[in-house]
Amino acid sequence: MVDQQQHSVGAAVRQSVVVDAPPERAFAVFTAGMTSWWPIESHSIGTKPMTAAVMEPRTGGRWFERAADGSECDWGRVLAWEPPHRVVLAWQISSDWQADPDIHTEVEVRFHPEDAERTRVELEHRGLESYGPRAEEMRGIFGSDGGWRGLLGRFAETARA
Amino acid sequence: MTALGDPTRQAIFERLVDRPRPVGELAGELPVSRPAVSQHLKVLKDAGLVIDRKVGTRRLYQVDPRAVADLRAYFDAFWDQSLAAFRDAAEHEEKSDG
Repeated sequence: MVDQQQHSVGAAVRQSVVVDAPPERAFAVFTAGMTSWWPIESHSIGTKPMTAAVMEPRTGGRWFERAADGSECDWGRVLAWEPPHRVVLAWQISSDWQADPDIHTEVEVRFHPEDAERTRVELEHRGLESYGPRAEEMRGIFGSDGGWRGLLGRFAETARA
Repeated sequence: MTALGDPTRQAIFERLVDRPRPVGELAGELPVSRPAVSQHLKVLKDAGLVIDRKVGTRRLYQVDPRAVADLRAYFDAFWDQSLAAFRDAAEHEEKSDG
């Protein structure tokens, strides 16, 4: 299981995971290889089936999903691009999975070498208070079995299979 | 219509995420009158986003911990599963290299 650390300060979540790969590879898989691990089926915001999660490799770059026909939906921006140590993303997706410029949350990911072959990846998703305007909707979405929690459960089973 | 579909209510909510505050303090920080702040707080309270309690002679308003807990629980679950998948992808690529 993924190591999990929860802090009660501020509206943020923090988690870390150790991967058997050097920082360069971990960084590359997290960024350029995002399509290989992102839950595409459940966490897509476009009207057409998503085929790729794309992060432009530079500060100020776009972060978006792409469909088979080439159409794109923005997720946010690259706020800091420091391979293979750190990447910070602006996550501007509403709780009902629509691009929303009023949402300002940040995802910071740091890659620390544990030894020559292993990397500790620390992730912080902060600024969740930005969801204040949507908190009521989110409660409804999360409260039902058919909501995102159920989808995530199914995803977890698929990932383990 | 959502309780927080209003910039002032959002500003109030974000200040209360920071820490509990009385009405007067909120009114002093925002360009709205004290009665207006009270009205906004009532909407937030009715929506279950904010709770209040009496401390001495003052009434303190704070974010309902359950509202923030729901947010955290959601993103914790999301990143927990996603980072596990990321780890598998990073390690699988390395093992199947070549």
